[in-house]
Amino acid sequence: MKNYIYSTILTFFLLLIWEMGARLVNTSFILPAPTEVGMKLWELREVLFLHHLPITFSVIAIGLAISLVLGISLAISMNMSKTLEKTFYPLLITSQTIPIIALAPIFVLWFGYSIWSKIVVTIIITFFPITVSTFDGFRSTNKDLKELFQSIGASRRQLFFKLEIPSALPSFFSGLKVAVPMSVIGAAIGEWLGAQAGLGYFSRRMMTQFDGAGVFAPIILLSFIGILLFIVVVLLEKYLLNWRRT
Amino acid sequence: MKSFPNNDGQALQFKNVNFDYKNDAGHIPILKDVSFSISEGEFVSIVGASGSGKTTIFRLIVGLEQQRSGSIYINGQQMENRLGKVGYMPQQDLLMPWRTIRQNATLPLEIQKQKSIDSNAVDRLLEEFGLEGYENKYPSELSGGMRQRVSFLRATLSGSNVLLLDEPFSALDAMTKLFMQEWLLEQWKKQSSTILFITHDISEALFLSDRIFIVTDTPFTTLEEVKVPLKRPRQQHHLDQKEVVELKNSLIERFRMRV
Repeated sequence: MKNYIYSTILTFFLLLIWEMGARLVNTSFILPAPTEVGMKLWELREVLFLHHLPITFSVIAIGLAISLVLGISLAISMNMSKTLEKTFYPLLITSQTIPIIALAPIFVLWFGYSIWSKIVVTIIITFFPITVSTFDGFRSTNKDLKELFQSIGASRRQLFFKLEIPSALPSFFSGLKVAVPMSVIGAAIGEWLGAQAGLGYFSRRMMTQFDGAGVFAPIILLSFIGILLFIVVVLLEKYLLNWRRT
Repeated sequence: MKSFPNNDGQALQFKNVNFDYKNDAGHIPILKDVSFSISEGEFVSIVGASGSGKTTIFRLIVGLEQQRSGSIYINGQQMENRLGKVGYMPQQDLLMPWRTIRQNATLPLEIQKQKSIDSNAVDRLLEEFGLEGYENKYPSELSGGMRQRVSFLRATLSGSNVLLLDEPFSALDAMTKLFMQEWLLEQWKKQSSTILFITHDISEALFLSDRIFIVTDTPFTTLEEVKVPLKRPRQQHHLDQKEVVELKNSLIERFRMRV
């Protein structure tokens, strides 16, 4: 807890400046004060927490889950086969130069206003860090250690489960820590572009109504989802990689 | 002594072994028609400059490389697939940071899928190797000498009577190295294993071995052999005997020509 004391002080300080600035400007549809946002959050608690939050959360959860399955599978395949690595790895890197956010409206065209258009955006945005970090983790396996395993007579299967997976885990978690906040962004963008519910959709609707505080309130919830998921990942990492504490 | 029938007392034999190293430039011969044999319970060192193919001999025995022609016998049996047949201790300790000391040491038992690991026997060995109280620590918490002992224990637990040690003490400080050498001889006597030991330290080879193989040129055909004129049990000061000092100096002279 001690580690967070300075950043907490800074946060409160910035919020204070924001509050004073907002009161000075006094145009809440452009710059709502933090207290106004807080009050809005309370006012809209039922519709935000019970209706929009679960929808956005399911987009994030389903998107991340599919992304994990696809990303890990591809990373394992590339690790098993040099041909697959040479086929997919350059494409994977190149695909990152495509501005996915600009393409997102296409997915709305393809998948409509259903939950799937948002899930697709989330998958595409999180797939890269998960795949590349997992694959790099496999690649970081110590060659000498691999030969030691072979010299003991280890099978391909034993090599994979007892050496390659533990070697890849630290890098996998680094990727996951990047992917989790990005999944929140992906879901929000997806909802912005075309949705009938969700926190991103709600924020945008409030904007059309010039309700500044109403724009910020769901964004605060979005960022809380991100922080919460991040903490879950960090705890899981600490549990699985507890040898690193020494 | 762990004895194997029908091996005529030979733990390890090379018969006319040829080996080429393949790279982009083609085939580079490393071993040419090499033959030697090591008896059960012997301690033999291979001394040579780096890059002289000492490690290649190990990789052939372990089965990480295959000879072009000739045969390799382990305990009197000719083996094509030798992986898992001898205990191998590499140059770096190669302990896995995510496994505890005990889990690192018992890796060969796990790989060989031994259903019931005799934990009392493992406990005894851990104690024997001076690792008591460290079973559940991680490698990063141990000193260099201790880590080498874990690595040696892992090689021992492979269950083979033949142990290959590749410059195991080269990364240790001089003091630790001396103690580790004495300790190794003690263990060798207790486990009655056959040890093939690579080193570039002539004093170390003289102190430890019954015989020393000398590798000077690549490719090499014959392994020059030197018998160490020392009785056992040995102590460090035995190296100061006139005969041994002369032998050491002549060996050093031999290598000087090659540098």
